[in-house]
Parts: sequence; C-alpha cells; structure tokens
Amino acid sequence: MNEGIASVATSPVLPVVRTRPANAWTSRAWNALLWGAIVLFLVNVGLMIAAVGVNSFATRWFGGWLPQGWTPSWYADAWKEFQLASILWVTVEVVLSVVLLSLLIGVPAAYTLARREFPGKRALLLLFLLPLMVPPITYGIPLATVLYQTHLGGTLTGVILANLIPAAPFVILVMTPFIEQIDPNLESAARVFGANTLRTFVHVLVPLLGPGILAAALLVLVRTIALFELTFLTAGPDSQTLVVALYYAVFAAGVRAPQSVDAMAMIYMAVTLVWLLIALRFVNPTQLVSRVREHPQH
Amino acid sequence: MAPSGASAAAKPQAWGEHLSATAVRRAGFDPALLLVVPAALFMLLLFVYPFVYGLVLSFEPKEGGALANYHHFFTSNRLWPTIGTTLKLAMPATLINVFVALPIAYRMRQPSPWRRTMTALLVVPITLGTVLIAEGMLTYFGPKGWLSQFLQAAHLYDGAIRLTHNYWGVLISLVVSGFPFAFLLILSYITGIDPVLARAASTLGADSRAQFRYIYLPLLAPGLAMCFCLAFVQAFSVFPSAVLLGAPAGPTRVISIAAYEAAFEQYDYSLASAIAMLMGFVQLLIVAFVLSLRGWFYKGPVGGGKG
Repeated sequence: MNEGIASVATSPVLPVVRTRPANAWTSRAWNALLWGAIVLFLVNVGLMIAAVGVNSFATRWFGGWLPQGWTPSWYADAWKEFQLASILWVTVEVVLSVVLLSLLIGVPAAYTLARREFPGKRALLLLFLLPLMVPPITYGIPLATVLYQTHLGGTLTGVILANLIPAAPFVILVMTPFIEQIDPNLESAARVFGANTLRTFVHVLVPLLGPGILAAALLVLVRTIALFELTFLTAGPDSQTLVVALYYAVFAAGVRAPQSVDAMAMIYMAVTLVWLLIALRFVNPTQLVSRVREHPQH
Repeated sequence: MAPSGASAAAKPQAWGEHLSATAVRRAGFDPALLLVVPAALFMLLLFVYPFVYGLVLSFEPKEGGALANYHHFFTSNRLWPTIGTTLKLAMPATLINVFVALPIAYRMRQPSPWRRTMTALLVVPITLGTVLIAEGMLTYFGPKGWLSQFLQAAHLYDGAIRLTHNYWGVLISLVVSGFPFAFLLILSYITGIDPVLARAASTLGADSRAQFRYIYLPLLAPGLAMCFCLAFVQAFSVFPSAVLLGAPAGPTRVISIAAYEAAFEQYDYSLASAIAMLMGFVQLLIVAFVLSLRGWFYKGPVGGGKG
C-alpha cells in the first residue's frame, strides 16, 4: 500500500495529473445522467414486475392503463392447471439436495485449498473455476447426452447432479477466502489445550465456519432456484423445477390465458424473493455475482 | 451418489489424522488432501468427462466422415449464421452492460445508504432470472403494455412500438439481466481498491476524472476484463429470452437454439455436441482476446487494493 503511494508520487505520470478547475456544471450534468440512467432502469424493471402482478389479478386487460376488473381466481387456476403443488415439491427437493450436497463436497475441498499448498493446486482451482466461466448450455448439452445414456436424464437425480456442477465450485470459491481468514492458530491452540479432533471440530471450526457456510448455502439456494438452462436440458416431465415449468407455460402462451401464466410467474417470484430477502440479511448483494474475486491470478 | 459418500468418509479420517499430520507430511503425504478428492472426482466425472465425451461424439457423426458435423455446420444456411446472430446480440449487450455499469459503480465507490439500497434492488432482476424477465417484458414492453401506452400518451413516439418478438426484445432482456450483474461485479472490484491511493492522487491535485484515469482504471483493468468475460459468457449463451422474446425462427435464432434443436428435436446428439463445442470455442476466443487486452492498461502487480 505504501509502495503504491510512493509510486504515484514519484512516477513519471505526475505531469498529467494536472490541476483542473472543477467544472461544477459538467460534473452536475454527468451526475444527473448517471442517476437518470439508474432511475430509468429501476423504474422500468419495477413497472415490469408490477405489470405481471396487475395482469395476474385481471379479469380482462386489453389495452388501457388498468384491467377491466379484478379477480384472484387465476391463482387457483394456475395452481390446478400447472400442477404447481408437485412442481413446488420437486423444486424443494432439488434445491435442498443441491445445497446440502454442494456444501458436503465443497466445504472440505475449500478447507484444503485454503490451508494447504500442494502440487497441482492451480490446476485444481482451474478445474473448479471452469464451470463458472463456460455457459451452462455449452456443457449442458454434452452432459444431458451422457445423462440420458446412463438413464439418469429426465430423473430427479439427473437434475440434482446437473445443478451441482455450478453449485459445488461456487461453494468452494465462496468458502476458500472465508476459511483463509480464520486464524489456523485457533485450531492449534485448541489442540494444545487438549481438545481432541471432535471437540476442535465442534467447538472451534463449526462456530467459526458457521456464518460462511450459511452465506454459501443461501447463495447457492438463491442461484439454484433461478438456474434455468441445466434443469431445462436434463429435466423430464416429472422432474421440472418451478423456473422450467414457468418457461414451458410462457412458451405455450397461446394455449393458456396470459393471466394464468402471470399468476404462476408471481408465485415463482414470491418463492425467489422470500429467499432473496432472507439471504440479503446475511450476505452482501455483491456476493451473488462476485464469485471470481479470488481468482488464482490475484 | 458416490461423490458425497466419499466426502463423508474422507472428512473424519483427515481430521482424525491431523495430529500426526506433520509426521505424515514428512513422509510425503498429507491426509488433508483427501478432503479435496470428492470435489475433484465430482468435477472430473460430471464436467470434464461429458465435455470430452461431447468432443469425441462430435467427430462421430450419424453419417459421413469425422468432420461431417463441422462441415455441415459451416455449409448449412440454418446453422452457421447463428454465430453471427449470437455475436450481434451478445456484443452490444455486453458493451452496454459493462460500460454503463462502470461509471455508475465508480460514482458509488464511497459507502452510503444509497449504495446499500441500490445494490439490494439491483440484485432482484438477477435472482428473478431470464424466464421471469421474459414474461414480464412480454406484458410490459408489448404493443399494448404500459411502456408503449405511456410513450404514445406523452407523444414521445407515435408509431407502433415493437419491442417484443424481435431483436430489440432480446437485447433489452440481456441488458435487464446483465446490467445488474456487471454493476455488482464492478462495484465489488472498485470497493476492493484502497481509497488511500485516490486520496494521495487528489492531494497531488488530481480531480475525479484524473483519479479514475490514472488510479482506478489501471487497477481495475483485470477486474474489468474478467467482468466483460463473465457478462459476455452470459449474453452469449442467451436461450430462454431468445425463444420467448425474440423471433427464434429468424433474427434471433442464436447458436444455443440451434444446439438445442439438434439435440432434442432431431435427436442428433453428435451434431448437437459439435454445435456446443463450436459455441465454447467461439466464446473461448473472445475471452482469450479480452484477457490479452488488459495487458494494454497496466503491467504492474495485479493486487494494489486492500485485497
């Protein structure tokens, strides 16, 4: 950090860092432009969500600002028509299994990656990073081919396995820096004071890892609910998650009333947002996307 | 579920031998390494193996020689233009997302209640996912949606507004889902840069713009390149919105639609794998190109921030 300042102070770029009289007008215009862009974006996204909400309660809505009448019956309709009860159950099964298994696979791996240096570590990190850099469709299609050949395609197991591919590396990338910042001396100290492995694990590691594991679990949960492509490629008729069912409903929009599709969209949104709100209590929003911050090059 | 079973078995064993770990390490083996085995096996089995399998399969077409699939791809009018179509969508979307997000994230580099609210709000479109965005856009941006009603009522634009079932619908959906992603990622990179550096520059008389050009941009270059790649990868694999919001038969027939049709409508897994491999290849080229560009900006140590 100090070298940073020193190099700025003595570097040859100094002449270009010239004093410029602060032009209040351009800077204010620039600010207004930035805020305008962000407000425009948020307002439009907000109205977009509101439009789906309004339509899901509409009897008929052909043009005009608001629908001709209001009814809650589309929700009951969507529930029956799309068999939402079973789809929700499948979603819960998939998401919970993915969260548990990805923690079970990911946390021990993250522990080793954080605490040990060994030959091949960089190659291993690359192996865990690649699935996050390659888009799901690219590896999803060969994966679906393999799964269908092993008769796992179209089953719940297949969907869970497919969803684990981005989830497990994500847990590793979230947990590795978290474990790194836990002082290894705490583990040694516990052992010096005579704690056996089990006690060290239960009384030292678990409480320290707890917040990190919770954060990783919530992040994986929110991401898995919304992960479309892999489930879409591997799911059969009775292993669809909510997001895939929603896709098929929108895809066949001509067949069903748009209000019914929107009611289903609202149910999906409610499920996602509830978990997002819970997650936001424990994690920083940037964690949902900044999975590559601890890239090996850093 | 072999990998998880192995992980459960590996955990107690490795921790159990922790005490003698130094002794064992001297002998050349560290039991803690076993902890990483289930994850590595899992990735090899479910990521690397299918990839290699797909690569081999793509050279074993239903009929013709080893390269028949690739030959077919580049000679078929239904297939090879999909690369251009996809790039024409993904490139502008990525450029908009990254280069609009950059000044806004830079503006919000100081922590403030606004920033907390903004980041929390922007996370919503990401978590809702592309399918819901597509459905919302069909309602909101459609010819009878609120947006076109508003534009006509305000006499901002009087013609027919067509923002769905064409190129623009898909592009907008890519911005709606991609912009928050780019913003949050860049914000997390910017807040990782030590503000002391900028304060030092400002002591030397650098205004906000000079601080950006000479302090933040060089330190940000690797992160920006990474962000561009990730945003591009997302946009390049556009699938649900290209089908639901675009014109999947024509102007928005992207490469992932072609791959999907080959696999699940023609059941030609070999051709589908070939398309998926080409898709990965094109995207890898762009990623490699962008990552090599960042060398232009800055050649010093990549850290520089508070880490």
